[in-house]
Amino acid sequence: MEMPNPNPTVLSRKADLVERLQEVLPQGAVISDLAETRAYECDALTAYRCPPLCAVLPATTQEVSDVLRICHQMDVPVVPRGSGTSLAGGALPTADCVILGVARMNDVLETNYPDRYVRVQTGRTNLSVTGAVEENDFFYAPDPSSQLACAIAGNIAMNSGGAHCLKYGVTTNNLMGVTMVMMDGTITEIGGAHMDAGGLDLLGVVCGSEGQLGVVTEATLRILPKPEGARPVLIAFDDNEVAGACVADIIKAGVLPVAIEFMDRLCIETTENFAKAGYPDCNALLIVEVEGSDGEIQEQLSKIVAIAETHDPVEIRESKSPEESAAIWLGRKSAFGAIGQISDYMCLDGTIPVSELPLVLRRIGELSDQYGLRVGNVFHAGDGNMHPLILFDANKEGDLEICEAMGADILRLCVEVGGCLTGEHGVGIEKRDLMTDQYTAADLEAQMAVKDVFDPAWLLNPAKVFPLAVSEARRAPAVAAE
Amino acid sequence: MTPKTENELAQHVAAAKAPLWIKGGGTTLTGQGDVLDVSGLSGITLYEPGALTMVAQAGTPLSEIEAALDAEGQMLAFEPPRTKGATIGGAFATNASGARRVQVGAARDFLLGVRFVDGAGEIIKNGGRVMKNVTGYDLVKLMSGAHGTLGVLTEVSFKVLPKPEAQATIEVKGLTDAQATQAMSVAMGTPYDVSGAVFLVDKGTPTGRMSIRVEGFSGSVAHRSTALQNTLSAFGECSISETGPWDDLRGGAMFSDTTDALWRVAVKPSEAAQFTSELAQTLPHSHAYDWAGGRVWIGADEADVMRAEAQDSPLNDKSGFEGFHSVLQEMAAQYKGHATLMTAPMPLSVPRFQPENNVVANLSAGLRKRFDPRGILNAGLMG
Repeated sequence: MEMPNPNPTVLSRKADLVERLQEVLPQGAVISDLAETRAYECDALTAYRCPPLCAVLPATTQEVSDVLRICHQMDVPVVPRGSGTSLAGGALPTADCVILGVARMNDVLETNYPDRYVRVQTGRTNLSVTGAVEENDFFYAPDPSSQLACAIAGNIAMNSGGAHCLKYGVTTNNLMGVTMVMMDGTITEIGGAHMDAGGLDLLGVVCGSEGQLGVVTEATLRILPKPEGARPVLIAFDDNEVAGACVADIIKAGVLPVAIEFMDRLCIETTENFAKAGYPDCNALLIVEVEGSDGEIQEQLSKIVAIAETHDPVEIRESKSPEESAAIWLGRKSAFGAIGQISDYMCLDGTIPVSELPLVLRRIGELSDQYGLRVGNVFHAGDGNMHPLILFDANKEGDLEICEAMGADILRLCVEVGGCLTGEHGVGIEKRDLMTDQYTAADLEAQMAVKDVFDPAWLLNPAKVFPLAVSEARRAPAVAAE
Repeated sequence: MTPKTENELAQHVAAAKAPLWIKGGGTTLTGQGDVLDVSGLSGITLYEPGALTMVAQAGTPLSEIEAALDAEGQMLAFEPPRTKGATIGGAFATNASGARRVQVGAARDFLLGVRFVDGAGEIIKNGGRVMKNVTGYDLVKLMSGAHGTLGVLTEVSFKVLPKPEAQATIEVKGLTDAQATQAMSVAMGTPYDVSGAVFLVDKGTPTGRMSIRVEGFSGSVAHRSTALQNTLSAFGECSISETGPWDDLRGGAMFSDTTDALWRVAVKPSEAAQFTSELAQTLPHSHAYDWAGGRVWIGADEADVMRAEAQDSPLNDKSGFEGFHSVLQEMAAQYKGHATLMTAPMPLSVPRFQPENNVVANLSAGLRKRFDPRGILNAGLMG
């Protein structure tokens, strides 16, 4: 994966930069020693690494503002970082950048139950937002699978989803307001504790902008009362396509589960060997979860079971207790870990119209044969958000490249059938060069125009999202001017 | 000008020598410029009930969309107003959402993809027709609520939802504003998935009627309405009905009397009652609460304005409705919310949208400049 050459002028001014940053930050908040900056050399896309020029860990919005102002004055690119769990390389540094980590900013600033929101500093982890309100029986809905570690800052940057977004939506649907610092150090509020924007919906475009428009330091998040209960049903099928058809029928019938998860044979067998969840021997399975009181759960599950029975299932296993629910979820939740035990893998997250599931699963199988790499499928079926896991051997020369080429073909397939490159992980560097498969030059120009307005010098996370050749003219001047 | 295709529309915008006023169903205020009528771009392009998605040209009448959905037992869950002639493009361009917004989100939360023509006549697409999409910047959200000032919508793809099998409305009468906002907050804090919370003032009284809606399968609705009745009985005698004011609200019937001018105000739900009470000290008005108090409708007629001026004339150095509007926006700002003028009896030379902080205003102006360099799309509407 190509990254821009570091700006030699910036590299030569490192000592000056570090000194200026140390003037505005507390002791220990500027990390410039090469051995220590290695802690920030990559995110969860570990195939690509590069230590930054230095890393800073501000503790307040004002400190973030001071850092950005200095970097702006010195033409230094800044890569914002939440917890570094991006699977797309969103927080991958360049050698001439400052990594701005928000990990020290994790306070809860306000909880408001009458108006149902919480205001937090964005270094706080996703799960600990719910942790701050659950004693009052509230929760924060978006639940990416990295929720124990991932920060709200990164959730906002990537507009993160999760298993339960079929009912509750993704980050953008649960974000009410932010405090954001612009690249020149200006601090602003966008949105707030009220509903809807008074003018243009800037919050809507900030969310999902991959840290390219500003650094969000505080967020007002919508919280919801916890449902009375939740229980899943596991439905096993002989055939992927039948499982896909069952998903469409459940949705069409007016049942709106909180989650519909899909696993194929490779994932079922691998997790079974790993986690021993006791899953049936089958080619495809669905886990469908519904919420409500006992009676409501029963009402919905019986409708789902009735629909599933018309699709000739191998087995239907309805949870009757918390223990049975946990057993049904065990395999699904262990899936990524289980695959990781048997092989290196690359996880994609292209999204497709639900109606195209059978076709896409078949074509992925064909690509698997063609490239000679195995693929497991485990994903959020209700909203068509696929997660093909391509198995490869990182120690085998050329295998990563074959895997990436196959991944690119799968993502092009997603676009071809009316879907998109990424449903929840973001573009980062990973899918940057495929953007021209989904968007025309005019489409990309319109998106880059937004960055021009928010960050005219293109210093915030500049080498991400857009193909380097497409963004070059905008990124180049800082270097060319030297 | 009524283009029949996206290309025609793009050519027309590119060749425009004067400002254009974009007209969908023509349900909002008229403005300055040559009328660009989008109603020629009409028709449902794709509808997949099993994927809960529809794609339609922007000028498609809302009634046509709702009829197609109805035939499959589905709906536009965000309940856009059913103004005569309303179009699907207009509903999204104005981010027009009804009572169910408290449960499922606003129009912008349902918009999955757009095609639009920017102010230079360039055709641009963003998003798509899938539920989850983080590929590049979310211009879809930016376009929803931009009122055409960043581009003319030509096609929208959006999420639809199954129609609930049953619904029930729990009502409590004789509540004051403060009691009602408190009761609505309590209802919203229950796990019963409330899908509407409104308070309508009874004409000529200081009290009104609060309505709380639950929807779903019949067993669930029975369970939830009983549970809510138990919870809300602390505020007064509860009645349960199958209908409620919801259809009337979509027709725009917030007040028992018609008013000359209408504003929508967004404040923290818990501060709605305090807001209207403080407002009434300066500006006599009618009000109603939707979204559990998060949306306050303010209505005023000539008599209200004259009474306000009699107390404190001139209002912010402006006369009539303009003065009224100016004072209202100032108070909305004090409550960290915003007030938008929806209808007025005559053209007003005041900003309809709430003035924003400098940074946001500059960013918004910068975006307008980039998407509409000549400033010809609904010029001056949003600032």
